[in-house]
Amino acid sequence: MGFEDDLSLRSEIDNLCAQYAHLIDDDWLEELPGLFTRDGIYRVQTRENHDLKLPLSLIYCNGADMLADRITALRTANIYEPHVYCHMLSALRILGGEGAGWRVRSNFVVVRTMAEGSQSLFASGRYFDRIVRVEGALKFQERIAIVDSRQIDTLLVIPL
Amino acid sequence: MSAPFAWPGEDVSRAPYRVYTDAELYAREQQLIFRGPTWNFVGLEAEIPNPGDFKTTFIGDAPVIVTRDAHGVTNAMVNRCAHKGSLVCYRQRGNAPELTCVYHNWTYDLAGALTGVAFRRGVGGKGGLRADFDMKAHGLQRLRVETYRGLIFATFADVTPDFADYIGAELIASIDRVLIKPLKVLGYHSQILPNNWKLYAENNKDSYHASLLHMFHNTFGVVRPTMGGGVKLSENGWHHLSYTQREALADDHIATEKVRSMQETYKLRDAGMMQHQLELGDLVTNSIQTVFPSLVVQQILNALAVRQLIPKGVDRSELIWTVLGFEDDPPDLQELRLKVNNLVGPAGLISMEDGCVGGWVQRAAKADPDAQSIMPMGVGVEPSAGSRVTEAAVRGFWQGWRACMGV
Ligand SMILES: [Fe+2]
Repeated sequence: MGFEDDLSLRSEIDNLCAQYAHLIDDDWLEELPGLFTRDGIYRVQTRENHDLKLPLSLIYCNGADMLADRITALRTANIYEPHVYCHMLSALRILGGEGAGWRVRSNFVVVRTMAEGSQSLFASGRYFDRIVRVEGALKFQERIAIVDSRQIDTLLVIPL
Repeated sequence: MSAPFAWPGEDVSRAPYRVYTDAELYAREQQLIFRGPTWNFVGLEAEIPNPGDFKTTFIGDAPVIVTRDAHGVTNAMVNRCAHKGSLVCYRQRGNAPELTCVYHNWTYDLAGALTGVAFRRGVGGKGGLRADFDMKAHGLQRLRVETYRGLIFATFADVTPDFADYIGAELIASIDRVLIKPLKVLGYHSQILPNNWKLYAENNKDSYHASLLHMFHNTFGVVRPTMGGGVKLSENGWHHLSYTQREALADDHIATEKVRSMQETYKLRDAGMMQHQLELGDLVTNSIQTVFPSLVVQQILNALAVRQLIPKGVDRSELIWTVLGFEDDPPDLQELRLKVNNLVGPAGLISMEDGCVGGWVQRAAKADPDAQSIMPMGVGVEPSAGSRVTEAAVRGFWQGWRACMGV
């Protein structure tokens, strides 16, 4: 059976991606680094930089510790107007097996709601993931969120 | 019709909130500042290395094309066809042998001269361009251009002094200090600021707020109060430099220009983004330099960038970050720059607050245009050695603004 037909694998990957979105949307950010391998990479990059093959990211965490530091910073140091995200995920595809894991892509839309109520379409884009199994559980070895627009409204503090 | 705008008082230690909310002042700024006697950053030579390369940008509200022509000369023109006023280039960047406005196929060379008009002689002897039409008088509006250390500046005004005289010897030296080698673009960010452009311009000159608003500094030990530094101003106050530096090391460590890694204790699990390879021949960790009205040249540890401020209406601005390295960066230094860039940009751990704080002033300012913000920290429009607890450079900004606006 190929990975294309492996519905239990697909639902497991789907679940990991949903869990990721729910941890952010439900403000359990401290749990987020636990979805990555220790040396896992998390990046948010604009489509412009990606298409121009420029290496700059908006957020670049090389290792789950760097992601944990970002969460610590947004809790203890950074100043911004309170807001929440709602992630809408779709079009998940397992692109192929790679070593002991899988390459996966999916789409996202993030609606941002400010504390006073105003809402906006904050970001849309694609996740490109490398997912591996570590001690029975699926983890992100790499998650790259490519945002379609190069414009970030005001600031980006909560991971996408 | 409201009364003509008058600056409140003699000096520049207070500014009325109207300056952030008044559409009439915004329109005058376009004419008197962005099209006035100022040099405006429009790009990098590294972005248009080859003949035919072009990029599009803005000076204030004016759309601008920057090109490298067949002779290797850098040109800047208003991005508006002489015929019906359409954008000539609607792409961000590209390479083309000539510039064609797609609306009616009018064609310009890369220096902006009109070279072709579609159906100039009509069809079948009928129609076509008026016989007395002067092609030479219908090029794209050309701007004066100067390049300095890979930065391209343009000005609409004949009276703008040469760039070196514009910012003065002391501040030219601080550009020389950072842009020491041929540049490489590592990427771009665009940040939409929910505020008048001047609130961000002031913010950059406001060396007072850095350790107060940006708590990452204090929480994680980026800039400590014990660090040295100061503020420099151009003679007219328009441009500034604010910097911090480490405690002095033995001279032989600096003079060798050896790239070294500074490891310190931070309350982070991974201090990778706080490392600093000394590469500029000194111990300066943070250097924020402004060129009035709309450019910032930034060095924060090994994160180098230029920030271009573009007004987008009276209560909105766009900040374009062009993040830089040097052409000859070894892979480990480039990787370090990419990590340190977590500190800056729209998601920057020490810069993100600047994205929202201007909006908070904007929202609060709206109700009382005649009330004033005050700038009482420090004295006058003078440099400050050893202390950044001053609003001198912000007052310098208003000095420049008043001079251009004639108020
Ligand atoms: Fe700031």
